[in-house]
Amino acid sequence: MQKIGVFVCWCGSNIAATVDVARVVAAAREVSGVVYAADYPYMCSEQGQDLVARAVREHGLNRLVVCACSPRMHEKTFRACAERNGINPYQVEIANIREQCAWILKDKDEATAKAIVLMKAAVAKALLDEPLAPGESPVTKRALVIGGGIAGIETALDIAEAGYPVDIVEKEPSIGGKMAQLDKTFPTLDCSACILTPKMVDAAQHPNIRILSYSEVEAVRGFVGQFEVDIRRKARSVRADLCSGCGICAAKCPSRQADSEFDAGLRKRGAIYIPFAQAIPKVPVIDRTQCLKFRTGKCGVCSVVCPNHCIDYEQKDEILTERYGVIVLATGFELLDLKRFGELGWGRSKDVITSLQLERLTNAGGPTEGRLVCPSTGREPKRVVLVSCVGSRDTTDRGKTYCSKICCMYNAKHAMYIREKYPDTDVTVFYIDVRTPGKGFDEFQRRAVEEYGVHYIRGLVGKVDVHRDGTLHLTAGDLNSGRQIEMEPDLIVLAAAVTPSPDARRIAGLVTASIDNDGFYVEAHPKLRPVESPTAGIFLSGMCQGPKDIPETVAQAGAAAVKAIGLLAKDKLLANPCTARCDEQRCSGCEICVQVCPYGAITAEDKTVVTLEGVRETRPVAVVNEALCQGCGACSAACPSGAMDLKGFTNREILAEVDALCW
Amino acid sequence: MTAANVNPAEIRTPEQEADYTEQLLRLADTPVRRCIQCGRCTGACPMAKHMDLVPNRLVWELKNGRASVVLAARSPWDCLSCFACETRCPRGISPAACMEAARLMAIRPAGAPVLTAEEVAALDPEMPQQGIVAAYRKFSK
Repeated sequence: MQKIGVFVCWCGSNIAATVDVARVVAAAREVSGVVYAADYPYMCSEQGQDLVARAVREHGLNRLVVCACSPRMHEKTFRACAERNGINPYQVEIANIREQCAWILKDKDEATAKAIVLMKAAVAKALLDEPLAPGESPVTKRALVIGGGIAGIETALDIAEAGYPVDIVEKEPSIGGKMAQLDKTFPTLDCSACILTPKMVDAAQHPNIRILSYSEVEAVRGFVGQFEVDIRRKARSVRADLCSGCGICAAKCPSRQADSEFDAGLRKRGAIYIPFAQAIPKVPVIDRTQCLKFRTGKCGVCSVVCPNHCIDYEQKDEILTERYGVIVLATGFELLDLKRFGELGWGRSKDVITSLQLERLTNAGGPTEGRLVCPSTGREPKRVVLVSCVGSRDTTDRGKTYCSKICCMYNAKHAMYIREKYPDTDVTVFYIDVRTPGKGFDEFQRRAVEEYGVHYIRGLVGKVDVHRDGTLHLTAGDLNSGRQIEMEPDLIVLAAAVTPSPDARRIAGLVTASIDNDGFYVEAHPKLRPVESPTAGIFLSGMCQGPKDIPETVAQAGAAAVKAIGLLAKDKLLANPCTARCDEQRCSGCEICVQVCPYGAITAEDKTVVTLEGVRETRPVAVVNEALCQGCGACSAACPSGAMDLKGFTNREILAEVDALCW
Repeated sequence: MTAANVNPAEIRTPEQEADYTEQLLRLADTPVRRCIQCGRCTGACPMAKHMDLVPNRLVWELKNGRASVVLAARSPWDCLSCFACETRCPRGISPAACMEAARLMAIRPAGAPVLTAEEVAALDPEMPQQGIVAAYRKFSK
């Protein structure tokens, strides 16, 4: 016999100010099946839960209804409380009388009436609640990190240090990501490569880390604890086991058409190339779209010059299938393509460059060995203009609505080290606001102005003219003086908005991670679960979740690692028992559920069943894989014969709630 | 030349400011509240050097309810309606529409329409359409 206890929470004044809780309690006492009802200022507090425990003991309750905040907030709390007191946690119902009642209604009578109805619906469902027990599934103690930039490397190192094997999948020929391209880092101006390359080496040498460079994730099956992933190892056309990384092949390659990705297009590279000197692994790769051997069949120079006979034109892509317990997404960022910002000179003058190109121009390992020059003339610029917010904070269709977060600081950094190395060069920064929240950040930007004499002009560039002789002329707003100003700079550097990696969307599809309108991965909770995806077992690290600088990326990478380790440390995972089930007698084998299931959890299998008419027959019926089922209910809604049902939310239970609401 | 029809010097009370600002905003029909004062409009404007109130400031004054400042400005008459400001605005605002609103306020005679339906019907059919359009520009609802 069902003995239901109803517990009405005040939530301080959150509920009690708008809902007459005493009336809800009184109404509950009238509902059939309810043997106890009480209210309390904070039901989730220890005292509140003690009150529940006492009521269970004294009144022999076997189901609970809690009228309080959203189940997203405290359903777990009260389920745990029920379990401690000998009640099955799935026989607890929450009536949300805060968000759906007190917070949206003003009139107390109206709110109280609605609270009573919601309570009655919850009681109606509780009467039918069956005890459910979560199943268990094993955990594969290996992690996959997608992306080998600073975020991925840091996450992998932390997981590996905790004793679990990690694979890093990196689509480029080397790990290192964007940070490897940077010259110096703010706010300390220490050399980017000097702090990154030791980390890359640590990752390469760690016994628990395997680096799968020049590889891409192709398919993901399974679920938290037991993901099965197909990784395409793209053909390098070079045998990594024999290669010594001498680089003779790259030096002798006659093809020089391709833009170097690493030097942001400021230098050409061979068809066979090592992206940069400190690359890991230091094994070249043949870009088959550029290679003369692949395009025309003639050439083969690299194969002739290679002292170790590593070149293998016949190499094919391989698919590696591996099992993982967790997946960390660290797919990083790209810069916005500025093709629609022609008015700023982009695409019209070689001397209009992005900030990433400037990093390469000032980097000792870059195309000019660190000498800042105008790309068109090769001469040192005397006037440099840095433009903020190109495509950021832009609500039109050519830009991004968000603040890219890192540009204000790197503009100050660039301005400062240009002034440091070339004191005769004038540097002007155009900006809308200078945003420098962070430890030592504002002081850093002020140093650029006060000590290095960088001109900061509030206002943006409206137009850049490229004269026939290649010189530049710009007009800009100078908002503080309320007028338009003109300049003739030698070099213009555009701080392009950051965007998520174009691969992020494809990978989100593979692992069913949510992404926002801009293509950044969505976190499970913006404040309380910032490094987890809503999909179990998927964690987020670095820029792929939103714009952030290196310190923040490293902090998030560590946090993602801790969350991943927490999961890997478990031997078994408890599965959500609210999964679909098929009534084989009713199932007609139409397979509509098979098609609608987003998780591939349903298959049709031949089974011998006795039909409702008593006929014994063998026919296809739907079979649910409970380990894969996420309990979304799509099958249950789609099933034309009412055979599919969702445990914990059965059709009967839902209709009982509807009846209670309509009564 | 200042906006003649509404004498900005006569805008004295906050109520008048609010009233004229509302009229200007309705005529401009552009989301000035979105403005983040980046100054790209002023940077792009080919006439900004000749203006007493550059485009970003015109939007700013309008957004902050200072119709008297907008209507006293000469810059709407410097504006070429080239729409460079609107094209460059990262927030989807049209400073050009604000300029046009200020001009309309100036050229509309208070109240009466200049053309009635009957008068339109009686017009010379050879008259250029632009003439009719220009006349209706002065039409006040």
